[in-house]
Amino acid sequence: MLSLERISAGYGAAQVLREVSLDVGPGEILCLMGRNGAGKTTCMRAIMGLIPLMGGRILLDGAEVSALPAHKVARAGIGYVPQGRRLFAGLSVAQNLEIGMRARASPPEVLEEVLDLFPRLRERYRQQAQTLSGGEQQMLATARALCIRPKVLLLDEPTEGLQPSMVEAIREVTLVMRDRGVAVLAVEQRLDAVLQIADRVAFIENGRASSMMPVEALRDHPGLAARYLGV
Amino acid sequence: MSDRARVMALHGGVLLALLAAHFVLPAYHHGNMARIMVLASYAMGYNIVFGYTGLLSLGHALLFAAGMYGMGLAVQHPGIGAGGALVIGTFAGGALAAALGLLALRTTGVAFMIVTLMFAQAGYLSVLYFADWTRGDEGFVIAHASRILWGIDLSDAGYRYLAAWVLFALVLGACLWLVRAPVGRSLIAIRENEPRLAMLGYNTFRLKLMAMTVSGIIAGASGAAYAVLFGYAGASFAGVEYSILPLLWVLLGGAGTALGPLIGTFFMFYLIDLSSGVTTAYMLIAGAALVLLTLFAPQGMMGELRRRIWRWLP
Repeated sequence: MLSLERISAGYGAAQVLREVSLDVGPGEILCLMGRNGAGKTTCMRAIMGLIPLMGGRILLDGAEVSALPAHKVARAGIGYVPQGRRLFAGLSVAQNLEIGMRARASPPEVLEEVLDLFPRLRERYRQQAQTLSGGEQQMLATARALCIRPKVLLLDEPTEGLQPSMVEAIREVTLVMRDRGVAVLAVEQRLDAVLQIADRVAFIENGRASSMMPVEALRDHPGLAARYLGV
Repeated sequence: MSDRARVMALHGGVLLALLAAHFVLPAYHHGNMARIMVLASYAMGYNIVFGYTGLLSLGHALLFAAGMYGMGLAVQHPGIGAGGALVIGTFAGGALAAALGLLALRTTGVAFMIVTLMFAQAGYLSVLYFADWTRGDEGFVIAHASRILWGIDLSDAGYRYLAAWVLFALVLGACLWLVRAPVGRSLIAIRENEPRLAMLGYNTFRLKLMAMTVSGIIAGASGAAYAVLFGYAGASFAGVEYSILPLLWVLLGGAGTALGPLIGTFFMFYLIDLSSGVTTAYMLIAGAALVLLTLFAPQGMMGELRRRIWRWLP
């Protein structure tokens, strides 16, 4: 579904990603791991068209999306939940979701499905986004991305800094999306989270995708994580 | 009471109060309020771009003057009637705003401010350069006969006030509708974080261009109304001062609030009016008041009200 073919990207003259190749299929969760500064978020931003590619190409269902601006990448069906939630803080929960709904003219039942996934947001529906707790904000950011009915969902550290109950809720929704056929590419630093949700794992080291493996390999060889993450 | 009912009650109440003022205000303040309502309409148009969308334009004098000169030149040279000239002025503001937006919106931040300022200065210099048409720095008076619309003499103080009130009511209604509609929330989302909105699939350039054009239509209508109601089109309205003033009015009243521009315009107008009667250093008093207000009410008067009490204020 989503294929990265030898993509290189960076900021200005500084190259961060070097010929990274990855692919994630429908109904699959691929977790992207690596040390801080390895290029995981850069990879997400490059997929979304937020930074230009220096080389390689990105394909969605076989169609190239490499040169598209961010809004066209999103319309093509890639939803992105950036690190740090990034809500429209001055708007209410309802208005944040409405913006997601209007982006690809999603039918009203999509909103109901999303609110069923996040009952907490239904309770907080009229509340301003900035007044939500961290976990609720992460729920809202994820819910807003789901409102565009993505084929591919990019999650950048979705459980960072959340309390265990919220981590569990986000994890469950990620699994539901996978079961519905969505391809999920998640940046995740927590090994326990990766072992619970991932189908495959890719490591990024110094801007290169150095290794890709089924999650069982990571489970069977705990030393691998230590090698790539330095933990 | 629902938020919608509160919004309607407050804004309807303000409109009714302004209408009632027509019957009770002494002549001097009656004239001032007519002027304030026209200028506040201009500021409301500016507020769409600055307060709601987060684009700091320093070139709106170009759009106000486009409306003023569009109207004035249309009656002055081809001799078009007041109604047609008002339409031309309004259209001139909108068309120029669209053209300005197409170029300036390719930049962001400080570059956007500079580009809009430069275009406004080019407009101002054009007014001076084409003096055979515009009478340059002097400007020109709109003839009394050209200030009669559908048989109503807009140079009459009473009709002038009512016409200014109608313009203000229309612009306030349009702004309220816009900012409460989904498209208005998209503009607020641009202000909050443009890349974030693009990541959801929105063409933010198109939305900003729409905001700029709507703002230009309102600025153009306000400029045209000013010319027909007060009978004068002058180069000073195209100068940088008229780009800075709506910014100040909006900041004082509350950026991103529907009533902020009226409050800010009213406050600034009377602050200068009253302090200039006391001292020749009236700008010092105005400056001190601005500093105090910025320190103690950084979100502007209506913005602070929203933050502290009326969270439902649009």
